[in-house]
Amino acid sequence: MYYLFDGTYLGFLCCVFESFERKEATVVPITSEDHQIDLFKDRRTIVTDNAKALRVQKGVQERIGNAEAMDFYRAFLSEDRKAWQASFFILHQIFTGRTAIRQHYGNDHVLYFSQILKKVSRERHRMKAFIRFSKSSDGLFFALVEPDFNVLPLISDFFRKRYADMPWLIYDMKRKYGLLFDTRQVGEVQLSPEEVQDTTMPSVAIAMDERDELFQRLWKQYYTSTNIEARKNMKLHLQHVPRRYWKYLVEKK
Amino acid sequence: MQRIEEKLKILADAAKYDVSCSSSGSTRKNRDGIGDASASGICHTYTEDGRCVSLLKILLTNHCIYDCAFCVSRKSNDVKRAAFTVEEVVDLTMNFYRRNYIEGLFLSSGIFKNADFTMERMLRIVKKLRQEERYNGYIHLKTIPGASEEMVKEAGLYVDRMSINLELPTEAGLKLVAPEKDHESVRKPLAFVNEQMKSFKEEKKLIKHTPIFVPAGQSTQMVIGATPENDFEIMQVANDFYKNYNLKRVYYSGYIPINNGNSLLPQIGSAPPLVRENRLYQTDWLLRFYGFQLDEILNPQHIHLDLDIDPKLSWALRNPHFFPVDVNAADFNAIIRIPGIGRQSALKIIQARKFGRLHAYQLQKIGIAYNRAKYFLRCADSPFMLGHPSMEYVRIAILNAGNQKSRQQVSAGQLTLF
Ligand code: SF4
Repeated sequence: MYYLFDGTYLGFLCCVFESFERKEATVVPITSEDHQIDLFKDRRTIVTDNAKALRVQKGVQERIGNAEAMDFYRAFLSEDRKAWQASFFILHQIFTGRTAIRQHYGNDHVLYFSQILKKVSRERHRMKAFIRFSKSSDGLFFALVEPDFNVLPLISDFFRKRYADMPWLIYDMKRKYGLLFDTRQVGEVQLSPEEVQDTTMPSVAIAMDERDELFQRLWKQYYTSTNIEARKNMKLHLQHVPRRYWKYLVEKK
Repeated sequence: MQRIEEKLKILADAAKYDVSCSSSGSTRKNRDGIGDASASGICHTYTEDGRCVSLLKILLTNHCIYDCAFCVSRKSNDVKRAAFTVEEVVDLTMNFYRRNYIEGLFLSSGIFKNADFTMERMLRIVKKLRQEERYNGYIHLKTIPGASEEMVKEAGLYVDRMSINLELPTEAGLKLVAPEKDHESVRKPLAFVNEQMKSFKEEKKLIKHTPIFVPAGQSTQMVIGATPENDFEIMQVANDFYKNYNLKRVYYSGYIPINNGNSLLPQIGSAPPLVRENRLYQTDWLLRFYGFQLDEILNPQHIHLDLDIDPKLSWALRNPHFFPVDVNAADFNAIIRIPGIGRQSALKIIQARKFGRLHAYQLQKIGIAYNRAKYFLRCADSPFMLGHPSMEYVRIAILNAGNQKSRQQVSAGQLTLF
């Protein structure tokens, strides 16, 4: 049975809720973004109901603790359909009393789930590392990113705590939303196409801080100077900084 | 007046031979200012040699009154000289930090006039960052041997990590290439800072508001392959320093020839000993995280690390009586000794076997290097075997299987281990 939901995490939890209500154990959660959706004949549309979602969330927390319950949110952000299904399987196991299921690495779903968590965590870590702010003339530090997974919600706290005395914006070009910090709190924002254009071609539109270009140049200089030619190892280099990230890295542009 | 670009070029270039770029181990929080420490550290980018770039690593100046033969900045070397002002270092650090280029600053320096004169300027930089800029990011300060204890102690209140480099692994080696220097001037400040760290910690138990002192601890670095020490000697020194001064890290830096002036040193064009350096890091890891004792890996009968295979595999081949290890029964400490199984996989194995005896295909999925490990373990579907294969055969089989990737993986510091 295919469950069509709205693509939010609350919606996903509602799928879990419904599958228990209807005693449908083998469920494949899908969203309107899945291709050829009409081919999925036996599909049920799940309406998101916050109260139901919260009941599921609470239930998981009670059984395995808050920290591990968060893992399902992290896995959800991978946007990976196989990971969603693994989550579904594990949640079913947990709700039927097998709370230690997560250690069963001999099981394919469990193993896949732990692998996807690792990948999401790596992407989150990469975003902490690879985000590069530019400073505009009005003092806003802004950065554009295209993470493999939807990890912005997972880095919000990190940036809020670290860059607490300056306003910043981190914008996900792929998912078309961003985090904006006004030195008090972080909020979600969406930019219009023109505004996006402005940030990608700052020389035209956004007035840059007069020293921003200097520091970009100095950073490139530093990056070149700190390299040791005699130790060159491009294979290792690419393993650490895959090409798809270069676009937004000042030192690799 | 030199332009800031040129200064940065000279002083980053001269600082790069210090391989440490770690930004981990500190717990500093952001107290109404900017920045904090990330406990596990963050590499913001990687150089083309595959090394982590975490900190803005620069010298305050490359002017130096000493003439250590292995060092680019030595007095007699004909290189361009430069010196940053206190303000320039602070401005660079803050602007790089705010753009999320770096985790912080790694400041060291050539010795200008004398030790205290140099140390005083470095101290001014870290104080300005902490007090005026309200900066709580990472600071690694390489202290100057011979600087006064008062200054070292004061600096400890502002920085996250301190280091002093041993430079050459043994006193004899050091005397060959830097007769003006000795290991004592490294041991003394390391011991002093270690004592201070302990007493600050003691005090903290009694008085909650005791300031933090060098929260990320101390480290040191040895240059490898410049002088003739063998691996056993090198690791004995490292072991001694870990034990006596509670060091967080010892770094091993394969010597990169920088001039042909000194006939005792490898000449320009000779390749840096990267594989050997990697083997030393692996050994270091085995000692610190895998429960190995030094004499199991290196001892008077066995003074060199095998360059073709990693030290864990090498140990395993010399100790066939330890194997095969039954992964469905053995404890954690025995499982991590199997070549091809790391700590993470060992943990998974221990958890997963509660659900039933593990088979080979499951071990493979868990992510162990099965083609190497298979000679050393037993699992649910291992065929019954009489005796065990000769270790000479195993060695050749593993080398031929092309599994020995480590030969190409010759990074320092961040390696794929075992
Ligand atoms: S004292 Fe330090 S900077 Fe000066 S020559 Fe010796 S190693 Fe180089």
